[in-house]
Amino acid sequence: MEKFINYTSVVIPIDRSNVDTDAIIPKQFLKSVEKSGFGDNLFDAWRYLDQGEPGQDCSNRPLNSEFVLNRKPYREGRVLLARENFGCGSSREHAVWALRDFGIRTVIAGSYADIFFNNCFKNGVLPIVLPSADIDALFDCDKDSGPFSMEIDLDRQTAVTDSGQVYRFEIDDFKKECLLEGLDDIALTLQHEGDIAAYEERRMREVPWLFQDLSR
Amino acid sequence: MTGKTLYDKLWDEHRVRESDDGTALIYIDLQLLHEVTSAQAFGGLREAARVPRRKAANLAVADHNVPTTDRRAGITDPIARLQVETLDRNCKEFGITEFAMTDPRQGIVHVVGPEQGATQPGMTIVCGDSHTATHGALGALAFGIGTSEVEHVLATQCLVARKMKNMRINLNGILPDGVVSKDMILAVIGLIGTSGGTGYAIEFAGTAVSNASMEARMTLCNMAIEAGARSGLVGVDERTITYLQDRPYTPRGEDFECAKDYWLQMVSDPDAVFDQEYDLEVSTLRPQVTWGTSPEMVVSVDDVVPDPADAPDQTRQGDWTRALDYMDLAPGTRIDAIEVDKVFIGACTNGRIEDLRAAAQVASGRKVAPNIKQALVVPGSGLVKTQAETEGLDRIFTEAGFEWREPGCSMCLAMNADRLEPGERCAATSNRNFEGRQGYGGRTHLVSPSMAAAAAIAGRFADPKQL
Ligand code: SF4
Repeated sequence: MEKFINYTSVVIPIDRSNVDTDAIIPKQFLKSVEKSGFGDNLFDAWRYLDQGEPGQDCSNRPLNSEFVLNRKPYREGRVLLARENFGCGSSREHAVWALRDFGIRTVIAGSYADIFFNNCFKNGVLPIVLPSADIDALFDCDKDSGPFSMEIDLDRQTAVTDSGQVYRFEIDDFKKECLLEGLDDIALTLQHEGDIAAYEERRMREVPWLFQDLSR
Repeated sequence: MTGKTLYDKLWDEHRVRESDDGTALIYIDLQLLHEVTSAQAFGGLREAARVPRRKAANLAVADHNVPTTDRRAGITDPIARLQVETLDRNCKEFGITEFAMTDPRQGIVHVVGPEQGATQPGMTIVCGDSHTATHGALGALAFGIGTSEVEHVLATQCLVARKMKNMRINLNGILPDGVVSKDMILAVIGLIGTSGGTGYAIEFAGTAVSNASMEARMTLCNMAIEAGARSGLVGVDERTITYLQDRPYTPRGEDFECAKDYWLQMVSDPDAVFDQEYDLEVSTLRPQVTWGTSPEMVVSVDDVVPDPADAPDQTRQGDWTRALDYMDLAPGTRIDAIEVDKVFIGACTNGRIEDLRAAAQVASGRKVAPNIKQALVVPGSGLVKTQAETEGLDRIFTEAGFEWREPGCSMCLAMNADRLEPGERCAATSNRNFEGRQGYGGRTHLVSPSMAAAAAIAGRFADPKQL
């Protein structure tokens, strides 16, 4: 996984709660067996005026000029701002792959659906949770004085607006380290091979039927 | 010392190790796989030259992309075909059991697991699919994961997780005739909202749950995720045990007796404490219909479409306005005056035999209304289909004008050819009414199987009891 590096970017405001993963990446793009190539179809149904199909060249498709991702300077943005329950719905990791492929490495929202939240960390995307008053303030900032940038500093756990407003956020130490170091968490788990084997051995004695062989 | 909740017990039983910061390594007993979220996981495994730690703890089935019409010709959409063939190939290469598209046991992964007895109480079960919550109806800790985690489980048989909080939802009373578990769960989501359960495991309890069939409990747990919770749970009782008896993967003989004693412990202790608790009296519950683009946007069939002006806050006012615009509905419209174009009966929410029986009961001796362009019945699995045909349900449906299909996810998410056209309105027994979920520009109303059948017959939403 790519290491998370601190950066500054325009903030893309999507003023909605319950933004679901079907909206982030519609189902027709889930047919891909690849892990990349989803960026052009991020928010496909909101972003384009026609119906998107997998494998299509998106450069000639009619754009919905109202949608924030099609407007300057937001289309260059790499920080996404939304409200409560972002990423709800299906478990599709494709939603995070689409955000990442588009270039978005940070989402700021009031809350997240659990599966989406976990998926972010597996792909070097930082999901920041802020209290709803802060979220309100950030949306107001965009509405009142236009597009603004934020500096995302994962070491210090801060997101700072270009006018100097500092927002601190919480993050698990373990998750922070994985993002900063770009760690492969399978390798980390395999370091505990001894514990896993001991657990299996005990369970095989105590609850042998749980080790059913599904290939029979 | 206070007692443990069912979730506490499942968590404790599966903790391999725990770090000081509360991050734990959790052992996974069963992983279910399907074509949409597994290809990249197998790819990752291959790239890192790893193999599945316990291939016999995995079970795969293709469900999302498969056609529901004649399958002899295979899948015509080349991209979908590649994905299904990729699953076949991966399972073969890594030695994982798969019910292929033409296998009589093939079906929606969450219907197949319990049906085969692969899902058992006291297990941890994962799948790259959010509706894995369904399996919690058998007293298992079951939750959806992303593709990276699918790979993690394949490689290590474990997951890194943090303990969730405990929520209990008590559903008490006797359901009125024509009101079913789908109505209960929709009402629950209306009550607590789509993020009400975020960070929790939700246990469903109360007399309406202990009286409910296993199928009905699965419907409840299925939609725990629509209430924000990764896991839904129901404690084990005699009904669970009876359901499990003699299923292909259920233990036999002495093993069954030992397993049974263990399974019966999979209940919350009487003095267990929950972080959050809700009560819902269901004796007066009415059939539910969603009107918007989030499952929490739900009312009774005899209500009207709400007015955004009455929304509890500004954000929701915006959400409601956008939803009504997308759904092309005006505030104050009577729900039973809304006409539908298509009807979909199926999905992991309501594609089991009991659901088909309920729908057939409404459809029996009646005809699909002329304004309905298509009414689909898609059994949740090949075995459900066979059972329904043995009972003659297929004839009831086809005589009424419904189409009787092959098993799969079908119009629940429209990855195959079954879908809504832009602007079409559908009464669906699935679990999500998101924008475009059933097809680009399509409009979904979530309902129970009886209500879906009633909508097909009346051509609009109608109380199944008043047809
Ligand atoms: S039936 Fe629908 S919700 Fe269930 S697994 Fe299939 S696509 Fe997902």
